[in-house]
Amino acid sequence: MKQLKESGLNKEQIIEAYKHVLRGRRLDERLWQLTRIGKTSFNISGQGHEVGQVAKALAFEPEKDYFLPYYRDMTACLVWGMTSKDILMGSLAKEDDPSSHGRQMPNHYGSKEHNIVSHSSTVSTQFPLATGVAYGAQLGKKDYVTLTTTGEGSANQGEVQEAMNFAGVKKLPLIFVVENNGYAISVGIKEQYANETMAERGPAYGFPGHRVDGNDFTETYLTFKKVVDDARNGKGPALVELMVSRLTSHSADDDHTIYRSKEELEDMKQKDGLLLFEKQLIEEGYLTRDEMTAIDKELKAEINKATDEAEAMPDPTADTISDQVYAD
Amino acid sequence: MTMMTYLEAINKGIEEEMTRDEKVVIFGEDVGGVKGGVFGVTKGLAEKFGDDRCFNTPLTEGQIGGLAVGLGVVGYRAIGEFQFADYILPAVNQLISEASRMRYRTKGDWTAPIVYRTPYGGGVRGGLYHSQSTEKILFGQPGLRIVTPSSPYDAKGLIKAAIRSDDPVLFYEHKRLYRLLKADVPEEDYVVPLDKANVVRQGDDITVIGYGMVLNHALKAAEQLSKEGIEAEVVDVRSLYPLDKETLVEAAKKTGKVLLVTEDNKEGSIMSEIAAIIAEEALFYLDSPIKRLAGPDSPSMPYAISLEREFLVDEEKVLNAMRELAEF
Amino acid sequence: MAIETISMPHLGESVTEASIAVWLVKEGDYVNKYDPIAEAVSDKVTTEIPSNFSGTVKDILIDVDTDVDIGTPMMTIETDGTEEATVGNQEVTEEASNQVNTNEGERTEEFMQHINEEIDKEAEKGTVELDTSPGNTPTTERSLTDDSQKARYSPAVVRIAQERGIDLNQVKGTGKHGRITRKDVQNVDISAQKAEATPSPVQTEPTPEPISKDASKPSPASTMGETEVVAADGIRRAIAKKMVQSTTEIPHAWLTVEADVSTIVKLRNELKDGFKAKEGVSLSYFPFFVKAVVQAIKKHPIMNTSWDNGNIVYHKDINVSIAVATDDHLFVPVIHGADNYSISGLSKEINHLAQLARSGKLESKHIKGGTITVNNTGSFGSIQSMGIINHPQAAILQVESINKRFVPTEDGGFKVADMVNLCLSIDHRIIDGLQAGRFLKEVKENLARFVDESALY
Repeated sequence: MKQLKESGLNKEQIIEAYKHVLRGRRLDERLWQLTRIGKTSFNISGQGHEVGQVAKALAFEPEKDYFLPYYRDMTACLVWGMTSKDILMGSLAKEDDPSSHGRQMPNHYGSKEHNIVSHSSTVSTQFPLATGVAYGAQLGKKDYVTLTTTGEGSANQGEVQEAMNFAGVKKLPLIFVVENNGYAISVGIKEQYANETMAERGPAYGFPGHRVDGNDFTETYLTFKKVVDDARNGKGPALVELMVSRLTSHSADDDHTIYRSKEELEDMKQKDGLLLFEKQLIEEGYLTRDEMTAIDKELKAEINKATDEAEAMPDPTADTISDQVYAD
Repeated sequence: MTMMTYLEAINKGIEEEMTRDEKVVIFGEDVGGVKGGVFGVTKGLAEKFGDDRCFNTPLTEGQIGGLAVGLGVVGYRAIGEFQFADYILPAVNQLISEASRMRYRTKGDWTAPIVYRTPYGGGVRGGLYHSQSTEKILFGQPGLRIVTPSSPYDAKGLIKAAIRSDDPVLFYEHKRLYRLLKADVPEEDYVVPLDKANVVRQGDDITVIGYGMVLNHALKAAEQLSKEGIEAEVVDVRSLYPLDKETLVEAAKKTGKVLLVTEDNKEGSIMSEIAAIIAEEALFYLDSPIKRLAGPDSPSMPYAISLEREFLVDEEKVLNAMRELAEF
Repeated sequence: MAIETISMPHLGESVTEASIAVWLVKEGDYVNKYDPIAEAVSDKVTTEIPSNFSGTVKDILIDVDTDVDIGTPMMTIETDGTEEATVGNQEVTEEASNQVNTNEGERTEEFMQHINEEIDKEAEKGTVELDTSPGNTPTTERSLTDDSQKARYSPAVVRIAQERGIDLNQVKGTGKHGRITRKDVQNVDISAQKAEATPSPVQTEPTPEPISKDASKPSPASTMGETEVVAADGIRRAIAKKMVQSTTEIPHAWLTVEADVSTIVKLRNELKDGFKAKEGVSLSYFPFFVKAVVQAIKKHPIMNTSWDNGNIVYHKDINVSIAVATDDHLFVPVIHGADNYSISGLSKEINHLAQLARSGKLESKHIKGGTITVNNTGSFGSIQSMGIINHPQAAILQVESINKRFVPTEDGGFKVADMVNLCLSIDHRIIDGLQAGRFLKEVKENLARFVDESALY
C-alpha cells in the first residue's frame, strides 16, 4: 500500500478522512441495530467499502460536483455533505429526510442541497441520468464533474453500456465507478461477467479504465484525482473499478453465511479496510490507538445524539400521499 | 394565420420554444444534422440552434430516456425523440422508474421537466413495429403526462405547453396525420392546456370520444349523419393521461349514448378506462350500453394490406357504429 | 424505572417467524441500549438482536430453538429511570396515548349512543310531522327522511321493473335517500303489488283479476309460468320469521379458518368401536368441536353474549344450540350448561337431543336459552358456508366437513392431513374481527389438544 503522505493531503485532512471512514462504519452499524429492533424495516450497507468511498469522494469538489450514487454509497454521501441525522431520517422515514421525505426505502440517498441526485431501486438507472447531468455541464459551459456509481453486478445492465457509450461519444465530464465487492447478492463474479476486469470496459467505449484497491487510500485518492482533473479539463470520462469487500450480508433480508464459506468470511475480516487503515495511520504516525479510541467515542456519541434527534422528527402525514405527483 | 400541416405545426412550436428559452434542447436518432428526423419534424433546428442543442444520439432508447431526466435535473428542458412509438419499449424503465417518479420520490426536491416525442399509429403499411399505439403501456403512471394532438392547431399549442410544463410529458404524434392535415395555424404565441379534453363538435344525439386519426374519421362521419338528422357530440380526448374526467363525463351525460373509438386493441386500451369512468360517474344518465369501437385483440397491425385494413378502424366503421348507436 | 418488553423483531421482508439460537444475556444482567441480547435465526437471516433499552434483564420469555411469531415478547427489562429522551420512553408514551385513545373510544361510543338516541327521537317526531304537514317540514327533519333519490332509477332497476311489470311508484326504496335498489325491485311481490295497485292510466299491463289481500294466502306470480302453491307449515313459518329477524336485526360479519384435526380423526378411529360398546352411542367428531368451542368461550366470554338495546348482555351459562336437520325442518335444541359436559357427555346429550328432534318430541325447554350455536354443516358435505346467527345470540360456528388435503410440512415437503374449515358468523355490533379471530385461534388450539382417550372424559 502506498504511504498516506504520498496522497499530498496534510495530517489534518488525513485524520478527517479517517473520521469519515469510521463514521460510515459506526452509522451503518446503528442502521443495522435499528432494523433489528424493529425501528426500520431494512438496511443494506457498505461495510468494507468505506476507505475507498472516502478516498474517491475526497477527489471531487462536492460544493459544485454532482453525485448520482447507488445504495452502498452512504459513506461517500457523508463526505459529500450529508449528515448522520440525514441518513437516519431516511431509514426512519421522516418528513425531513432529504433523500425522499420518507417515500423511498432506506439507503436510497439523495440531497438537493448537496448535489446528490435521487436514485431508484431498479439498479443502474442512474447511469443514463448521469450523462444528462454531465451533458448539462458541457452545454452550460460549467466546470462541474459528475460522478455516478454502481456495483459490479448492476454494471451488467444494458443502460450502463448505453450510458458509457454516449459519454464516450460526447467526451462528457463524467466519472463512472464500479464498486466491485465480488457479489451480486449471492451470485459471484464468474456468473456475472466474462471480462478479466470491469476496468477494461472503459477503453471499449473510448475512455480510460482503472482498477484500484479500495483499501489503499492513497492509490485510490490519486487515481480519482487524476481522472477528475482530466474530466474537468475537457479530457472526457473515465471508468474506475474500485476493489472492495462486502463485509456484511447483501442486506438485512439476506444471510451470506449460506453462500460464503467460513474461511472466506474470516479472511475478509482480517482484511477489513477499516482495520488496515487504522494500522497504517498508527504506523505512519498520524494517530495513536488512544486517539482513535477517543475519536470512536466521540462519533458514537454523535450518532447516538443523531439517532435520538432523527427519531424525534415528525413522520410524513397521511394527507400528503398525493403531494408532488405533478408540478401544478 | 398560416396554412401548415400537423408536422409543420409541431416543428414551428419547437422552434418557437427553442428561440424563447435557450434551456430547451432536442435529441434523438437522426434528429440532428441536415436530416432533421426520419419524418422531418426537427428539420432546420440543428442549423438554427447549433449541434449542441439539436443533436443525434446513438441507437439507445434507454439512454435517450435517461439523458432527458439528467438534463431536467440540472435545469434543462429536454425533448427526447423516440423514432417510433414502437421503439419506446427499451426506454420504459427510464420513463416509469425515473422520469415519472423523480418528483414524487423526492417530494419535489428534484424534478424532470421533459418532453418525449414519438410518432404512433397505423395505416402507413408499417407492419407490426411501425404502427402501434403504445400509449396505453405508459398510461396510468402518475407523474407522467401523455398528450396527443389531433389537429395542426393543437399540435403547435400542445407541444409548446408540453415544453413549458415542469412535468415529464409524453407527446404522441399520429404519423398518418403528419401531412394529411393542413389548416390555418396562428403565428402568434399560444398554448393548449395539457389537461383538457376538447369538445370539437356539438350534438345531442350521441357522444363520440376518440383521439388521433379516428377522431378525424368521427368528425367526417358526424357531418354525414347530420344530413340524416343525427347530431353527434365529438370529443377529442387530447390529454390521454391524466384524463380530463370532467369533460368526458359531461359529454357522456349530455346524450347518454357513448361511442368510444380507438385504433388500439379493444382490450386494455385507454378507452377501457374511459368506459369505467363513465360507468362510475354517469350511470344514471346512460341510455345505452357504453360502446367501444377498436382494433381486434391481435398483437399489432400486420403488414399485408388486407390484414392492415381489417385491423384499422376506418371512417366507414366509425360511421356505422355511430348510426347504430343513434338508432338504439 | 419501568418494565419494558422486547419482542421478536421484524427480520426481513417476508419473515413471519423466527427462533432464538442463543441468549447472550441472562436474567439479572445489566445491558446498554443497542447491546446484543440474543442471536435470532429465521429462514432468511441469522442475526444478533440488540437491546432497545438500557436496564436490567428481568424475565426471559422464550426458550432457545423455539419458533415464535414476529412480534412475540421475548424478554422484559427493567429500564433506568434516566432515559428521558430515549426510544424506550417514547414507546411508553405511545402506550399511554393508546390508553387515552381507548378511553376516548369509550367516550365516543357513549357519545354516539346518545346521538343515535337523539336521532331516533327526531326521526319519530319527523315522521309524525310529515304525516300531518308534509308541505312544511323543517330542514332537520327532512334530512332524516330524505327520499330525493326515490325517483332515480338505475338502468338495472328499470330493466327489471319492465321485465316483471312492476310499477316503481309503489316500491319502497331501501337505498340511500330512498333510492330503489336492484334488490328492492327483485324482491317485490308482484301479485301483491298488483292487487294493491290503484289502477292508473299510465299502467300498460292489464290489471289482473282482483284477489284476496289476505297476506296469509299466497298468490302465484303470473309471470313465472305454471306454479303450484303449497302453504308453509307452522314450523317453516317460525323458521322464516326467525331467519328474517336474524338477518334484518343483526349485522353479520364472517370469518373462516382452517384447522388441522388429524389427531382427532386418528383418535376417533382408534376409540370409536370401544366407545360405542361402552357408552351406547356413536362417537362422532361433532362433540369434539362443541367441547373446543365451550373451552374457548371461557377465555372469550364476548362470544357468549346478546345485544340488547345498546347493552351487551354477558351470559353466565354456556348453552350451546346445535342445529339438527330433519328432511323438512331445521331444529335448534340446546345443550344447557355445556361446560359441565365431557366429550363423552356431550356425545350422549347431542344424541339425545337429535333423537327428540327427529321424533318430533322436542319441548320448549329443549330449544330455549341457547347462548351460542355450533352447527354441524359438515354432516351434509359442506366445506364453506355463512351461517345466519340464531337471534338473539351473537355468534354461530359452522363446522364444515373434514377432508384429507396435502399440506406443506416444515421441512419443505408435504403430508396428508385432515383439515376442516370453521366458518364463524358474528354479530358485528358486539364482536369485532380481531376478537373473533382470537376466539377461532383458541378453538383451533383446543382442537389440537385432544390427543388421547383421556380427552373424552
